[in-house]
Formats: sequence, C-alpha cells, structure tokens
Amino acid sequence: MGLKILTEHINVPGIETYETYRKMGGYRSVEKALKTMTPDEVVEEVKKSGLRGRGGAGFPTGMKWSFLAKPEGKPRYLVCNADESEPGTFKDRVLMEKIPHALIEGMITSSFALGARTSYIYIRGELMFVLRILEKAIAEAYANGMLGENILGSGYSLDLHVHPGGGAYICGEETALLESLEGKRGNPRNKPPFPAVWGLYGSPTVVNNVESIATVPWIVNNTGDEYAKIGVGRSTGTKLISAGGHLNKPGVYEIELGLPVEEFLYSDEYCGGIWKGRKFKAVVAGGSSVPILPAELFLKTAEGVPRVMTYESLSEGGFVSGTMLGSGGFIAMDDTTCVVRNTWNFARFYHHESCGQCSPCREGTGWMEKVLHRLEHGHGSMHDIDLLVSISKQIEGNTICPLGDAAAWPVASAVRHFREEFEWHVRNPQEATKPGAVFNKSEAVLA
Amino acid sequence: MAKITFDGIEVEVEDGTTILNAARKIGGNVVPPAMCYYTPLKGSGGKCRVCLVKVTAGSAKDPRPMPKLVASCITPVQDGMVVENTLSEQAMEARKGIVEMLLINHPLDCPVCDQAGECDLQNLSYEHGTSGTRYEEDRRTFDKIDIGPLIQLHMTRCILCYRCVYTADQLTEKRVHGVLGRGDASEIGTYIENSLENEFIGNVIDVCPVGALTDKTFRFKNRVWFTKPMDAHRECETPGCCGKVVLWSRGEEVLRVTARKNEYGEVEEFICNTCRFDKKEMSDWIIDGPRHIARASVIAANHYELPVINPHLVPDLPAHVVDTQIQDQN
Amino acid sequence: MVDFKDKSEVKFSEAAQKEIERYISHYPADRKKSAVLPVLHIAQAEFGGWVSPAVQDKVAEILGIEPIEVYEVATFYTMFNLKPVGNYVLEVCRTGPCMLRGSDQLIEHIENRIGCKVGETSPDGMFTLKTVECLAACGMGPMLQIHEDYHENLDPEKVDKLLEDLRNKAAVKQSN
Ligand SMILES: Cc1cc2nc3c(=O)[nH]c(=O)nc-3n(C[C@H](O)[C@H](O)[C@H](O)COP(=O)(O)O)c2cc1C
Ligand code: SF4
Ligand code: SF4
Ligand code: FES
Ligand code: FES
Repeated sequence: MGLKILTEHINVPGIETYETYRKMGGYRSVEKALKTMTPDEVVEEVKKSGLRGRGGAGFPTGMKWSFLAKPEGKPRYLVCNADESEPGTFKDRVLMEKIPHALIEGMITSSFALGARTSYIYIRGELMFVLRILEKAIAEAYANGMLGENILGSGYSLDLHVHPGGGAYICGEETALLESLEGKRGNPRNKPPFPAVWGLYGSPTVVNNVESIATVPWIVNNTGDEYAKIGVGRSTGTKLISAGGHLNKPGVYEIELGLPVEEFLYSDEYCGGIWKGRKFKAVVAGGSSVPILPAELFLKTAEGVPRVMTYESLSEGGFVSGTMLGSGGFIAMDDTTCVVRNTWNFARFYHHESCGQCSPCREGTGWMEKVLHRLEHGHGSMHDIDLLVSISKQIEGNTICPLGDAAAWPVASAVRHFREEFEWHVRNPQEATKPGAVFNKSEAVLA
Repeated sequence: MAKITFDGIEVEVEDGTTILNAARKIGGNVVPPAMCYYTPLKGSGGKCRVCLVKVTAGSAKDPRPMPKLVASCITPVQDGMVVENTLSEQAMEARKGIVEMLLINHPLDCPVCDQAGECDLQNLSYEHGTSGTRYEEDRRTFDKIDIGPLIQLHMTRCILCYRCVYTADQLTEKRVHGVLGRGDASEIGTYIENSLENEFIGNVIDVCPVGALTDKTFRFKNRVWFTKPMDAHRECETPGCCGKVVLWSRGEEVLRVTARKNEYGEVEEFICNTCRFDKKEMSDWIIDGPRHIARASVIAANHYELPVINPHLVPDLPAHVVDTQIQDQN
Repeated sequence: MVDFKDKSEVKFSEAAQKEIERYISHYPADRKKSAVLPVLHIAQAEFGGWVSPAVQDKVAEILGIEPIEVYEVATFYTMFNLKPVGNYVLEVCRTGPCMLRGSDQLIEHIENRIGCKVGETSPDGMFTLKTVECLAACGMGPMLQIHEDYHENLDPEKVDKLLEDLRNKAAVKQSN
C-alpha cells in the first residue's frame, strides 16, 4: 500500500462530519500555523515541499504564493478552483464529497499564509449536492471556531464562502473563473496582468486547485522537507488519479508519484487492468486535453524505458511520443475503441466549451469538429486528415487561454499516432460506419 | 521611456506603450493590423489575434525570446525589446491562419454590404488572405433581429470584436445590447426585443470593423466609393458631442454622416445621434474641406474588386443581386 | 409551466429570498453582481426549472444591474434553461469517458423510453432530455443528472427503474 496523504481516512464512517474529522487528527494544521507560525513560514514550507499545482499545469504552489503582490489598502484573495470539468477528471469532486473538511482546513491554513480575509471555493454548478456538503461542513467549522473572527484566539479572521458556477468548462481557467465569480460571462482575461497582481475585483489573488489546497495541511503538520521526500525528483508527493474508461476498477486512486505505470494500470490495488479481458489499445493519461498515446508508447518511452507516474516521465518524448500528467484524468481504451470517434467526441467538447472570444479557437474548434464528424461518418477524404493537422496548428499557441491548445493537442496527437485508422475510415467508409466496427491494424494491412 | 526595435527599426516610446502603438509611431507597412483593439475603448483588444507578433528579445534585462507569439495590441513594450512582424515568418504564417478563421464563416456578401470599400476585414483578407477556401462546411447563420430604426445588425458578418459592447458601456448609460450565447454561437443581440437608441449609440456603427452594424438611415443605398467624403462641423448642443464629422454626399445630397477616423480607422472624437442621423442637409453643416482618406485601404487604392460570390453560400442574397452577380461574372 | 408577463409578477418565496440575501452577503457590498449565478440557480429552481426573460429581469432588479448583464450570463452558461421544460430534466453525460462506457446506447434507450429526442420534452410533459458535457463522474459512467442528483453506473434496467420511480413520484405529487 502506498502512502495516503489525502485519502487515508476516506472510508472512516462519519468522516464528513467535523467531529470525526477532528478526531482523526483534522484541523491540527490550523492550530499549528495560526498559533506557532508566521504566514511567511507557511509559504516557506510549501515552497520546500515542491508541491506542484494539481489543477493541470503543475506550477509550483509555493512559488505561485510568493508572487502574490501585497499592496497597501487592498484585500488579498484565495480562490479555490473546484470547477473540475476536464473530461476524465473527477478526483476533486470525490475528495470534497467524502472529506469536505480536508479542503476547508486547507483553505484556512492557506488563506492564513496568503493574508486573505475572505476566501471563495468556486465549485461547478452541476455539483450542487457537493456544494451543500461543503456548506454544511463550513457551518460546522464556524460553529467550532475554525472560521470567522479571531480563529482559535490567534487574532486571524477568515470568512469562507462557496460559489456555484453555471455550466461552463472554461470557468476552470483561472481568469475565466474570476470573471465568473464577479458575475460575468466566463471569458478568460488577457495576461499579463496575472491574478497575483490583478485578480478578483482587481485585487491580488491566488487561484489553486482543490487537491493542491487540501495537501497544504499535511505539509504544515509534517514539514515541507518530509513532503519532498515522497515521490521522485521534481514530482514530489502523492497525486489523486481519476481512473476511467475501459478499466476493471475505475475510481479515484491516491498514488505516490513515481509509481510504475504498469503497476498502476494492471495491479489490483489500482485499476486492475483492462475490462472484459480485452487488450489495451490507447490512453489519454492526464485529462482530455493531453495527447493520446498508443498503449506501447504509454507503457514504455520511445527509447524503451518503462514509464512511471511523474510529470517528467509521462512527458518524456515531448509531443512526438510523450504526453502529460495534467490533472490526472486517466482514460484507458480497449481494442474495440474507435479513435476517430473518440477524437471527434473530444473535438465536439472543445467546440462546445470554447468561450468564443478569440477567433482561432472560436472558429477553429468548430471546424475541426465538423471535419472529424465527416471522417467518422465515412464522408472524409485523405486531404481532410492533413487539414485537421493544419487547423490544429493554426489554433495552437495563438489564443488568449490554453483552451485553444487543449483543443488542438488531442486532434494532432490522434492523427500522429493513429493516422492509419483515420485513413481506414476514408478508404472503407462503408465498413467503418457499421455500428461497432473497429479498425484492426493487421486486417487493414491485408485488405 | 523605452527603446525597442520593431522589424529592425528603432523607436522610442513612453513606458507602458503597447507594441502596436510603438509600431504605429513608426508607421507604414510594418504596422500590424488590428481588428478588435480600439485605442479610445478601454479594455478592447486581445481577441481577434490578427496583431500577433514575434518577440525575439523580451527586454534588455531579460533578452530571452517570448515562447509564443503575442498580441501586440495589449502587450506593453520593455526597454530593449526586439519585435518582429513582417520579418517573422511565424507571425505572418499565423496571421494568414487567423484571417482564414475570420473568413470561414463570413458570408462574403460584400456586393450587398454597406461596409464594402471601407471594411477592415476586406482590407485584411486582401493583404493577408489566401485565395480560395478550404472550408467546405455550411456557413453559420443567425436569426435576424431588429435593433431599432437607426442601426442595422447583420450578425453573420460580425467578427465578435466586442468593440460595440465597450462603446455602449463607455459612452452610454444603459447598455441594451451585448454578447449572447457562447463559442461560435455567440452573437450580438438584445435578447428581448429592444432598440438601441441612446444619444451616443450611433457610434457603434463607426467602431464596427465590418458591416455588421450599419446606418439604417444611409439614404439611397450607395456604394461608398461613389460618394464624396467631406469634413464638416456644426455647433452641436449635445453635451459630449464634438460636432465634427465626415459628410458622405453625392451632389448636394448628404447620404451619410460619420465621425472622423484616423489612419487606423479609429474615431478620436465621438458624435451624437442628432449629428449622425438627423442632420442630413448641406445647410446643417459648415464644410471644412475634402476628407483625405489616409489609409492605403481598398477604397483609397481603388483596387476593390467584387469577390466571387457563390449564391449557395449566401442564402439571403436578394434575387436581383444574385442575378447581376452572375452576369458580372460571366 | 410557470410563466410571467413581466418582472412585477415574479415573486420569490420567503425561503428563496433569504437564500438570495445570504448569497449577496458573501460579496463586497458594491459587488452584488457576483451573486448572479447563485441567484439564477435559485430562480430556476423556484419557477419551474427555467428562467424566462421576466425572471431574468427580476434577477437584474434584485442585483441592481442592467437586464442585458443577466441575459449575457444566462445564455453563456449551459445549466440555465431558457425555454420551459418538463417535470424532470434528464441530463445525460455524452463526453468521451462516458461514451467509452456506453452513453450513446444509454441516450438512445432513454429516447425510446420517453418518446422524444435529445433537446425535446416528452409528449406527456414529464421529461426533458438534454445531453451535457462531462459531469466529473467519468469513472462511474454512464451517468445522468436529475435536478441536483447524480445517477451513476447506469444500464438500461436501472434507467427504466429510475424513470418508473419518477413517474410514480409525479403521480403522488399530483394526487396530493
Ligand atoms: C480550459 C481550462 C480548464 C481548466 N480547468 C481547471 C479545473 O477544472 N480545475 C482546476 O483546478 N484547474 C483548471 N485549470 C487550470 C487553472 O487555470 C489553474 O491553473 C489552476 O486552477 C491553478 O491551480 P493549481 O496551481 O493548484 O493547479 C484549467 C485550465 C484551463 C486552460
Ligand atoms: S482560447 Fe478559446 S476559450 Fe480561451 S479565450 Fe480564446 S476562445 Fe475563449
Ligand atoms: S457587431 Fe461589429 S463591433 Fe460589434 S462585435 Fe460584431 S464586429 Fe464587433
Ligand atoms: S487587435 Fe490585437 S488581438 Fe485584435
Ligand atoms: S465523461 Fe461523463 S462524467 Fe466525465
């Protein structure tokens, strides 16, 4: 069994209540930080821990915190990103639903470190039932003196509120989230200025993912140095992986970074292998936006080195033969999966979720979806396959926010690794459009 | 002050100036195009992405190149910055791609568009576009909406630059139109039936880079290149109105009144609806002289050509136009 | 179906008003606009599962903003129904991970059972069928959401049972 930092008590009955959570050692970090540490000391511990943002980009959390501007006369805000909408990712939701106090404790300790007096948890609107769980837990925390005025007699005061979104993946992008929290359309902002300088209501703001914030209490309790000992190299600590798709045991797993991918995929402690005794065809390893990889390239790098679950190992090979750990949304596909259809599905998603502000993303995402739809339905041409790559290049890197890239990568990588399957759809439209038809490499070579 | 090198030319500008405005200080062919940025409108820019440039050195202090192309209209200069626009193959290639994106859903109904001849998109595609299209899908359509007696909205032509929204926010008290929907289904609209009538709302016509918002009172639908522009002014009593306009006339007839635009198509002083819509007699105005159309635009260079129109792509073309089009092409 | 001529007819219940006040108190006094999403959610739950223009106008009035500012928001976010809906809105996830686990077949099954297509309301007015994008339940797909509840790990039998239960629930409500 690997070390569990976030989920150790997830199956303890009543862990969603303040009482049980406290009994299991909860809220110790609040006592320790508020009574015995300065805010800067907390920041320092987080820096030492090497914790990297768990929302997808993997930016070091301590460093982000140290960038926060501290102008006189302006409040500072901590906003928790609980928008979790990246296809394949459902870890934050499970954590909040099962152990709401873990996030709340993290919010208090982190807000203290940043000098925030009001903090928000922005949760996607569809998770209204989780919002209610959080609100109940927050009320308990107030009642027990962990929130509100003069917490534990430390002189530090904090208000914490939960804010529901309204159904928009783009509001997971941190500046779109802030716009949305201000009651506007979720249009990402142009950067610079970054939220650390100009965030919520024009004040310095830190936006962090649920899992990042929920990890802070352990770091405060056990020191950053101890945290940094877990994991491998710059991938320190543990990570929640949302495992879905064609697996025997889908679910949320907390792994120590550095776990061999083969063990994660096949061992019974984790995913338990591919379902229905089928073969492993491909995987999207870090949420829908990361490049898809064929099974062989996922298990081993192009050089034949077995991969492990770290930011570095998964991206080994760059865009040519690697992928990314991203938000940890692990989507496994068996050998009955049609990659063209899956790529079309993702393209439709990004088309649906583009905010529409900038022209390459607004126009390009719809264009890719339409071309993929044609290909999938047997009306495509060979030229369409190259067209897709070309459109994806026209979007990538040229947009306001990374959704443009996130839309481009799945398409570009699918064509890169599964071109034959796309071509098969063009050559054999009748066969390819039969329900349940799947490209089979060896047969296609024969045909 | 900051000194930068733009396309190999050195220029010194105030700190905080954007790359685009630094380039405009140099002027001429090196200036990147801008479809959404509009100097007088706070918050504008960054959306259309046609102004992307390559920063090959970030500053004297940190001379590393920037990893991505940047929107020159919103990126401030740093002392010692080196920027490439026409010199950067990457920037020019990206621009071509973006122009294509702006055009794939555009109806190309220039022959019936009041903006033809003074349309920034037409200019842009002339300068940066490729001939022919790779887009084989159906073009986007919208339900027609009526936004009142003064302004005509043709949503299919809109490039969602948001300029008209900022104009209403910053020039009028109560905004009644905005961007509705999301993604490529976003549209300019009022949601419920409503008309745009604020005393300064007419300015949305001038800020619109394309023919999405046009003057409904433009008398005798006429092609702009047949009209004669003249600078004129009047003592306008509307608070905030400069009273300085361009009259577009034919003979003695004032067909249209607009604000005055600089060489980058930007209105520096806005005008009120009374000047724009109600003063359509020569006697209302004191003529200052002929208007010099500064920009090497399609209209000025007199190289406007009718695009090849495919009536199948433009479902709402009036029949007579389709006929003449087809005759013209034959 | 709840509908109003204009905002003067739109009256929130006391509980809803309290909830609105509570949300507004979360933001700085000059930032009431921040409450637009929570208030739209409350309004949608209060007035028959959709937000009509009159309801949106009322929301604008409560928050002291222009109606267009509410329209812009309500049309951007997909959770707000801008047209009347059936008693129960079935929101089925259609995104990749759920598709891999059979959401296409699930959607087809529901269409057949309730007698309408995606985007429509069943002839009996009982169900509106919507497809939605990933709801953060991928490992438990295929799944759907009804009001605030998630129904996960679905198959045709479970869905049939679910629909049946909802029909019964509606019947009980009606007879009361
Ligand atoms: C389109 C898009 C969607 C995103 N969605 C999420 C999300 O749902 N949750 C999240 O934590 N971060 C999301 N992010 C990343 C955030 O912008 C931001 O980097 C993150 O919340 C920072 O927190 P972290 O440093 O703790 O990871 C998204 C980014 C993009 C571009
Ligand atoms: S990249 Fe897409 S989602 Fe991001 S700002 Fe541009 S249009 Fe909006
Ligand atoms: S109508 Fe014109 S000004 Fe308004 S967003 Fe569209 S193109 Fe821009
Ligand atoms: S002018 Fe710079 S992005 Fe539009
Ligand atoms: S794909 Fe359906 S819940 Fe994620």
